Amino acid sequence: MGQGTFAKRKASPGSVRRAFQPWNDPQARPLVEFRNVTKRFGPVTAVDGLSLSLYPREFFALLGPSGCGKTTLMRMLAGFERPDSGAILLDGVDITAVPPHLRPVNMMFQSYALFPHLSVADNIGYGLRREGLARPEIARRVAEMLALVKLEGLGARRPDQLSGGQRQRVALARSLAKRPKLLLLDEPMAALDRKLREATQFELMDLQSTLGTAFMVVTHDQDEAMTMADRMAVMDHGRLVQIGPPDVIYEAPVSRYVAEFVGDINVLEGRVSAVEGDLVRVESAVAGPLELDEDAPGFALGDTLLVGLRPEKIALSHDEPAQGLNKVRGEIWDIGYLGDVTMIQVMVGGEGGTLLKVALANRTRRIERPFAWDDAVWLSWDVEAGLALAP
Amino acid sequence: MSATSRQRLGWLVPLIPYLWLLAFFLVPFAIVLRMAFSHADTALPPYAPHFAGFAAIGEFLAALDLDNLRLLADDALYWQSYLYSLRIAGLTTLLALAIGYPLAYAMASAPKSWRGALLVLVILPFWTSFLIRVYAWIGILRPDGLLDAALMGLGLTREPLRLMNTEAAVLIGMVYSYLPFMVLPLFAELEKLDRSLLEAAADLGARPWTAFLTVTLPLSIPGVLAGCALVFIPAVGEFVIPDLLGGPDTIMIGKALWTEFFSNRDWPLASAVAVVLLVLLVLPLVLLQRARLARGGAA
Repeated sequence: MGQGTFAKRKASPGSVRRAFQPWNDPQARPLVEFRNVTKRFGPVTAVDGLSLSLYPREFFALLGPSGCGKTTLMRMLAGFERPDSGAILLDGVDITAVPPHLRPVNMMFQSYALFPHLSVADNIGYGLRREGLARPEIARRVAEMLALVKLEGLGARRPDQLSGGQRQRVALARSLAKRPKLLLLDEPMAALDRKLREATQFELMDLQSTLGTAFMVVTHDQDEAMTMADRMAVMDHGRLVQIGPPDVIYEAPVSRYVAEFVGDINVLEGRVSAVEGDLVRVESAVAGPLELDEDAPGFALGDTLLVGLRPEKIALSHDEPAQGLNKVRGEIWDIGYLGDVTMIQVMVGGEGGTLLKVALANRTRRIERPFAWDDAVWLSWDVEAGLALAP
Repeated sequence: MSATSRQRLGWLVPLIPYLWLLAFFLVPFAIVLRMAFSHADTALPPYAPHFAGFAAIGEFLAALDLDNLRLLADDALYWQSYLYSLRIAGLTTLLALAIGYPLAYAMASAPKSWRGALLVLVILPFWTSFLIRVYAWIGILRPDGLLDAALMGLGLTREPLRLMNTEAAVLIGMVYSYLPFMVLPLFAELEKLDRSLLEAAADLGARPWTAFLTVTLPLSIPGVLAGCALVFIPAVGEFVIPDLLGGPDTIMIGKALWTEFFSNRDWPLASAVAVVLLVLLVLPLVLLQRARLARGGAA
């Protein structure tokens, strides 16, 4: 996983969410285990020797660009694809060769895959009928599910008589009706508009903690993954690049790939000029001398190093900040007003230098902003703001 | 033509299909219908009465009668031919469905790159004349023909099957000829079936066969109905295949119509046969369509 020397990080927030961290508990029994799983499609290796454990009650998000293998990983768990090598265990039982209809895992499809010829109630009850439950029991469970997703009274409708948001709820209810140990959600919000997506994310989190079912969400939307997940994994070319709670992934990414995929980041290239305990001094061509508070044993004097800076961690001022080493002069090139924040692009190191993004929170309703195009400004940041990344 | 006069004639465009139907369907049908209520006559054309203008329309209408329809009802030959035609067409439809459904299903499940070629193979027989293909079946089915030679050569049968001029031969010819009309609409329906629906069914615990019965089959019903209609309707009126492959006891209504028209020169009776056939075929279709509309409206 990642480059060994960079994996260990000082920042380990994690605990701000909840005390739920079974992945740190050596006694915890994983619900799902991927053991060295590889899947190829012709010449393409979709999943490459991947190992991963998911825990009961966990809300897990798989994040990655399209084609990174995240959907294949999920489809192998559902049973639609068979790994070329490796094993998949559910509750300690090897299910690698078990066909999908015999797995106690259910999936919510990206397209929802609702049966167009069946009513909402029959869609939700489909899995229960396959179990051979008695009619009254099915009716009871279907009513319960309709209530759970707040679709009471719509049981007799057909899928094409529902809105997109309602269809999504039916798909969710159908996949939860059999009370699976693990629910797989393939891009569950992709077809919803933004407002509905936000509301649904929180509802899904509530539902998950109420039911205690483990959820595994596949998404390419980092906001969605960060909002909902206890842990998330970033995938690239069939491998897990980093796995951890969202705040750790955001604040302590193990590589430039993760740092750039999750959130916005500025990257400055430099050379290590001094290492004093936890303090690393970096000489940057465009920004001059910088200091990082990094516990980074892998760096030696003279090494090339990338300094990563999240836009919201940079302060902007017209006058030179009194203290600190991390300050750089620049010129404002572009201002983008986004409502909640203003994104300012600052050219550092003169023409042909590096453009840095700075996010300023708009704390007042003042329309007139203190900064304007072509302003000469100072950028500054805390020693704890910068990230050391491998080049 | 100036722009304004072109605009003035614009209203004609939507009328074109109606004019087409009027000229090539409604008017000929009116002629056939009127003939069905006439009687045969040694004249040119060989029936009476003749329409002598609207002044004499009263006498003309009075001269029309129901004799032909009465004959059709009374003479066992005709209603037996109708029943026999319905039976053969029904059997043809069922057999074509039994063979066509798995065929269409296999085609729709084949890799995308194969489907075009498979579709061409289904349509390929149309490149050859229908008559020639039916004649070819005579060569295959006749005693000591290709089929007998092959079966006896392989030691599967000892003596000729004597299929020629039997109902079995007619059915073989009919199913062979009409199979593409069953396969094409079924293929179109099955191909557009969303594969993720079957995955969803499997995910919810349905075995492959259950998934077929509860998802694939119900969703392919429109294709099944279209295919059955496309096979059944022309099969009822089929004349060439029973004439060439059938025996003396396989009298289908199409053959009866042909005989009345060409051999007996009884145009009015032939017209009556055609009109009754049309009613027999159109009535169930109209009812089916109304039922479908009623269901769609209620949903």
